[in-house]
Amino acid sequence: MERPGRAAAVAGAQPRANGCSGAGHGTLRNGYVRRFPAPDTQVDHIVHNGGLYKRPFNEAFEETPMLVAVLTYVGYGVLTLFGYLRDFMRQWKIEKCQNATEREEQKDFVPLYQDFENFYTRNLYMRIRDSWNRPICSVPGAKVDMMERVSHDYNWTFTYTGRVIKDIINMGSYNYLGFAQNTGTCQEAAAKVLSQYGAGVCSSRQEMGNLDKHEELEKLVARFLGVESAMAYGMGFATNSMNIPALVGKGCLILSDELNHASLVLGARLSGATIRIFKHNNMQSLEKLLKDAIVHGQPRTRRPWKKILILVEGIYSMEGSIVRLPEVIALKKKYKSYLYLDEAHSIGALGPSGRGVVDYFGLNPEDVDIMMGTFTKSFGAAGGYIGGKKELIDYLRTYSHSAVYATSMSPPVVEQIITSVKCIMGEDGTIVGKARVQQLAENTRYFRRRLKEMGFIIYGNEDSPVVPLMLYMPAKIGAFGREMLKRNIGVVVVGFPATPIIESRARFCLSAAHTKEMLDRALKEIDEVGDLLQLKYSRHRLVPLLDRPFDETTYEETED
Amino acid sequence: MDIKNMKNYLYWLFCQFELITCSYLMEPWEKVLFYTFNITMLFMVLYTAYIYVPIHISTAFQFSRILCSKHETTYLVVIWTF
Repeated sequence: MERPGRAAAVAGAQPRANGCSGAGHGTLRNGYVRRFPAPDTQVDHIVHNGGLYKRPFNEAFEETPMLVAVLTYVGYGVLTLFGYLRDFMRQWKIEKCQNATEREEQKDFVPLYQDFENFYTRNLYMRIRDSWNRPICSVPGAKVDMMERVSHDYNWTFTYTGRVIKDIINMGSYNYLGFAQNTGTCQEAAAKVLSQYGAGVCSSRQEMGNLDKHEELEKLVARFLGVESAMAYGMGFATNSMNIPALVGKGCLILSDELNHASLVLGARLSGATIRIFKHNNMQSLEKLLKDAIVHGQPRTRRPWKKILILVEGIYSMEGSIVRLPEVIALKKKYKSYLYLDEAHSIGALGPSGRGVVDYFGLNPEDVDIMMGTFTKSFGAAGGYIGGKKELIDYLRTYSHSAVYATSMSPPVVEQIITSVKCIMGEDGTIVGKARVQQLAENTRYFRRRLKEMGFIIYGNEDSPVVPLMLYMPAKIGAFGREMLKRNIGVVVVGFPATPIIESRARFCLSAAHTKEMLDRALKEIDEVGDLLQLKYSRHRLVPLLDRPFDETTYEETED
Repeated sequence: MDIKNMKNYLYWLFCQFELITCSYLMEPWEKVLFYTFNITMLFMVLYTAYIYVPIHISTAFQFSRILCSKHETTYLVVIWTF
């Protein structure tokens, strides 16, 4: 069989099938361009994926500089040594022990607090704990008020001073479209529904809890997504973790991205299906697993898998990367498997009309079998949904645990979602929603470009509103959070259990509610703190995340 | 002005050291312990260098001078005396 990719590579002129258009670049392996330019020239790593992508897909992950990695380990080494010293002192009652310990009568049982995670919490996390769980006392919109607190015992306990830090620029909320407001049409509509329906019906959808608002919401969401039918749940996490077990079971195979969210991981484990992990956003890895699954079938029995389900997310919240959906769909079709797409972060935040990653790539929503997402982020509400074929949704209505046992959603929350979705779709007769989607896209591009110019290491896709800024060293996590708060900017810093141990980062979430002035002020302060803490690690050498160690992928469907 | 700049620079350098070694996150008594240990180590290294480096340099110098003179016999004798 003639492979168009190979043919193009030989001809050296046309774009390659799954790689970039770059014939004549130095090293080309499976279509990847690796260029190492001079340190001060900015080069975006552009992967135009042949005919599959309708738009440039610029996603880059800069390598950790060797020196930084070594120094990070040195820092962790010092902290670990002191951690052992402190644990020793606590053991011998030299120091007051403030953390949880085994009870006296349970001394001989299996130890509960001796694993690494507990050691980390006790001795490392506790030192920088003031950067997390900060209590706020206003609506978490573009600006937020925070309650000031102090600790007199090195972060073991906090006391409130009673003062409020006003007007902190909020760079940490998943408020992509700025619908987290306590004024405006959404709030008014929700208030009206609250007085009409009350706060909620304490019953599940299958019993007394099914209201006309729920049906209206589901119809609207189905229309918004462009799918036949949809179903809404009161909890986004449970949407994943309870519906995957309803879809697959023993004898099925789940192919899951290595960076999938905990809810997907939990759902996959609960289902009892065999789980195989592919490398983050790496289509070669996915294809190899699919091929192996088809060729070898189930282990020992060699029977074919009952179902193969691919689990991916739209935007990965820690890396800020966007799934290579066109390639995933092509693979899904080629190998006749099912696709479960979690649009928790991407719905509302991506695409010209805010319809998520499917809209972003200009694909057909019918190609994704199970469209899942949450209302928590872009819509400023709570809950999750699943969209897809009518048969699928009807099946889930009957068999999903969260449909059967969970109480139905609160009507004011439902109304908030309905108004915000209608706003995005432009059905309220204004262009506010459309403007918000565009504003978010502009903010994202602007913020990412400026941070890159300043010399920070930024992960992810250039269109993703989640912007991780690499900090690496443990002391810098705490210092960054504190210094930014001092400058009236609220940021989220992320450390070990959520990321690999050396890849600590600060994560900015952009919002359509951010004005240019706010972003400029935030950028100015980030620049200042970046100089103060020496965070500008970037050498502008961008390498693709995937090394493509596997064979070239072809996306032709097999003939039936 | 220059002195002030220098002072600022030294302070900044110290901050970087604190950030990298994570002493920024330590409690005062831990800092004392950490710095005492570091300063002791540094002092010991410097003292060792002060004692042994001149001797090593002089023997190395002698050795290279002998190599340059190319007298096989003396060379061997010197090796023996080592």
